[in-house]
Amino acid sequence: MCATCGCDTDGNVTMHEPGHHHDHNDHHSHDHQKKVVAVEKDVLNENNLLAERNRGYFEAKNILALNLVSSPGSGKTSLLERTLKDMKGELEFAVIEGDQQTTNDADRIHATGTKVVQINTGKGCHLDAHMVLHAVQGMKPKNDSVLFIENVGNLVCPAMFDLGEKERVVIISVTEGDDKPLKYPDMFYSSTLCIINKTDLLPYVPFDIEKVKANAKKVNHKLEIIELSCTNGEGLQIWYDWLKSKVLAPETV
Amino acid sequence: MHELSIVMSIIDIAQQQAKSADAETIDEIEIDIGCLSTVQMEAFDFAWEQAVKETILDNAIKKINRIKGKARCLDCDASFPLENIYDACPKCGQHLIDIVEGKELRVKSLIVS
Repeated sequence: MCATCGCDTDGNVTMHEPGHHHDHNDHHSHDHQKKVVAVEKDVLNENNLLAERNRGYFEAKNILALNLVSSPGSGKTSLLERTLKDMKGELEFAVIEGDQQTTNDADRIHATGTKVVQINTGKGCHLDAHMVLHAVQGMKPKNDSVLFIENVGNLVCPAMFDLGEKERVVIISVTEGDDKPLKYPDMFYSSTLCIINKTDLLPYVPFDIEKVKANAKKVNHKLEIIELSCTNGEGLQIWYDWLKSKVLAPETV
Repeated sequence: MHELSIVMSIIDIAQQQAKSADAETIDEIEIDIGCLSTVQMEAFDFAWEQAVKETILDNAIKKINRIKGKARCLDCDASFPLENIYDACPKCGQHLIDIVEGKELRVKSLIVS
């Protein structure tokens, strides 16, 4: 399944080994008739199974896993840095960083004293459940913690890949276009929370915040929206309260 | 370019299914791809051409069913075709909609021999 890291799945989900062996002579005993095989299988089935496996692990350990998605430069890492510093002592955190190359982001998170693993996807444009499985196995996040999974900066591809997260958080900054939810609807459709970042820059940019909110709601009427600025701290408390509410919320079945 | 991952998954599924059906070759593969799924067909076809080389799907006919988007309005209960995820209900103008069809991405069937 894993197109990006190339390693095989570990047998708990789907086997690649054939269920039987037939020797070469057998081939000639049946008459090469055409046969229709009804498959009816979701193409992303393998990823979805691994995502559910991750989800079960997170639930068992009461870990709140959040998948952070956005285009590059929206301020995902800055938001994380600020959150980790401001909420130190209040909640236990761990971070998985996804980027094509470098450990720059992981270094920034490490500097805050938080447990972090960097996944480099090479040419890959998204994280998948398999990569997260490996990362989690290595880092062993604590029980009752919050796990931030910062996806590769890309507003298209990560939309299709469930990682096993509880919530998907899409981040958009006011320096981007306010029609972005319409241009990249899949990400907004699959997210549960939208953070509008860099609101301190609103006086300087032609970004209509009401319009972006309306556009996001057109795509996904269930989407929650929080406006904030990591620079001047405006709105951060709402985000922190949202986080705490999700940690404390009893598990819904 | 997540289309390459998608094609790789399709190849995996096809290989598994062909093995369990005791088949040597796949003559045809039928795939449902909804118009509202995140698949760009040009990228998909390009990835397909490269990825199936020297696999069991190398010479298989690829039959793609594009399934059109369909939604139901949660407000007025109207059912209607949906071209874009952000389209409103044509009857009441609300965006409280539930996508019923068009997000499919599945291997439907194989013809093997």
